[in-house]
Amino acid sequence: MPRPMTMTEKILAAHAGLEEVEPGQLINCRLDLVLANDVTAPIAIKEFRKVGLASVWDPTKVALVPDHYTPNKDIKSAEQAKMVREFAREQKITHYYEIGCMGVEHALLPEQGVVGPGDVIIGADSHTCTYGALGAFATGVGSTDAAAGMATGEAWFKVPSSIKFVVDGELGPWVCGKDIILHIIGMIGVDGALYQSMEFTGSTIDALGMDDRMTICNMAIEAGGKSGIIAVDDTTRAYVTGRAERPWTEYHSDPDAEYARVIEIDAATIPPTVAFPHLPSNTRPVAQARDITVDQVVIGSCTNGRIEDMRIAASVLKGRKVHENVRLIIIPATQQVYRDCMHEGLTDIFLDAGAAVSTPTCGPCLGGHMGILAAGERALATTNRNFVGRMGDPTSEVYLASPAVAAATAVLGHIALPEDLSPATDSDGAAS
Amino acid sequence: MKFTGTAHKYGRDVDTDVIIPARYLNTSDPAELAKHCMEDLDAGFVGKVVAGDILVADENFGCGSSREHAPIAIKAAGVSVVIAKSFARIFYRNAINTGLPIMEAPDAVDGIRDGDVVSVDADSGTITNETTGAVFTAQPFPPFIKDIIEGGGLIEAVKKRVSL
Repeated sequence: MPRPMTMTEKILAAHAGLEEVEPGQLINCRLDLVLANDVTAPIAIKEFRKVGLASVWDPTKVALVPDHYTPNKDIKSAEQAKMVREFAREQKITHYYEIGCMGVEHALLPEQGVVGPGDVIIGADSHTCTYGALGAFATGVGSTDAAAGMATGEAWFKVPSSIKFVVDGELGPWVCGKDIILHIIGMIGVDGALYQSMEFTGSTIDALGMDDRMTICNMAIEAGGKSGIIAVDDTTRAYVTGRAERPWTEYHSDPDAEYARVIEIDAATIPPTVAFPHLPSNTRPVAQARDITVDQVVIGSCTNGRIEDMRIAASVLKGRKVHENVRLIIIPATQQVYRDCMHEGLTDIFLDAGAAVSTPTCGPCLGGHMGILAAGERALATTNRNFVGRMGDPTSEVYLASPAVAAATAVLGHIALPEDLSPATDSDGAAS
Repeated sequence: MKFTGTAHKYGRDVDTDVIIPARYLNTSDPAELAKHCMEDLDAGFVGKVVAGDILVADENFGCGSSREHAPIAIKAAGVSVVIAKSFARIFYRNAINTGLPIMEAPDAVDGIRDGDVVSVDADSGTITNETTGAVFTAQPFPPFIKDIIEGGGLIEAVKKRVSL
């Protein structure tokens, strides 16, 4: 009998061809997918060439997504994107997404069914851990690891121990996945899960939809996590059925699996939360942040740019105007989300409110383009990081929060909750 | 692997954005990246670092991104080794893969001041503060990882494997 294992250990054992593994063990795993973007693929491609192989190990298991500086911000970034494009064509990469078909990688790949339960995925982007929401082991690596993966279809790992977060009960008004994960990062710090897997469970998690689950796993890296993961259930199955390209395998943690820590959280105690500069762990209740005025609000990114995020933002913005001193930039994370926004009338709500609706891109999240902050400017964003200079000038500031808080903040000009807003006016000017 | 250089000391949670800001990531040219190393944390860093110098920091060095541009910028700026109380996982891997030696040595970090001259023998894990005379010990790498570093990085290791 193999030892009791967490779902993470089981996935890794299966891909290492082992009956069991234990935390700290160094193993070599077969990969289901290797991912890189327009910033990290250029180095990966150069490193791949050095290996001396003519072809990647499997063109159906490499994903190249130009999403950071695309549509290109300048000649140099255009050259990087071109290098990726040419490599993708040369190698006949199945999952290369050109401008107009691309999206932010970690929203795009789940949506397109490229990643699924039980997979082992490495991505040359730290937020690759997002796919843990589907019950996969997915972790961020650098370009060289991605190159080695493209060449061999394998990667080495040190098996992570796991922290189990048990979140039970009902969330308060406007509290969503973003607030849960910010709350947790505030509790344990930016290296609180260093080299570890964060496993999320409990009745609150069970009640969440896939978008919220992806938001939570996406930010495991902000606590230093190697991966974030949520067990497969009916919600997961409904999401992947008809979408997944390949058959999938479900793994579940044994009841007596060993955890480094078990942290129990009462959902009712999680407030709408904002992370102050300059770390995602610098969290406070939104109620304590109302005196902070902002210059810009960004709703989007691989963390909160999916359709549910757009719906929440629209529900707050409907019948309201963006504050005259605020720039609101809304970035649907994929073309499909963009299209859904149009079909559902969300885009009209955004435009009527005075928002700029942008094409899918990471753009301002990493301080790349399409929404950069000037010296001393302040933004509230639904993104994932608020390091020094993250969104622009080193003296600018980023506050992290949910789409609901972001929308309310855009209207009032200071950090706010939807409940702070006056009643919206409908199209004929009457209060609703 | 042995190095001697002047220590440049920083605090905890030195993230990959301050190591190499995203506004410079439209290139992966090491020489270009080196010009902006540590820019958003210490604008004077590139003006004072010389080949062989040593970076010293508290917990969680290199937190944030997967981008190898961070260890590339550090290495190309002339830093020979990074000593920290702990490293973020992705940066740890990236440093090994790109041939930048790193050492987890909390005691050494506490025993080194900015500007001290420090000698490092990475093979034995010995760190000597030449300015104060203090000697510290760090855990050498596990053999698996040591093989990657001594072989010249992950790609060289892969080349050997695929040619077998």
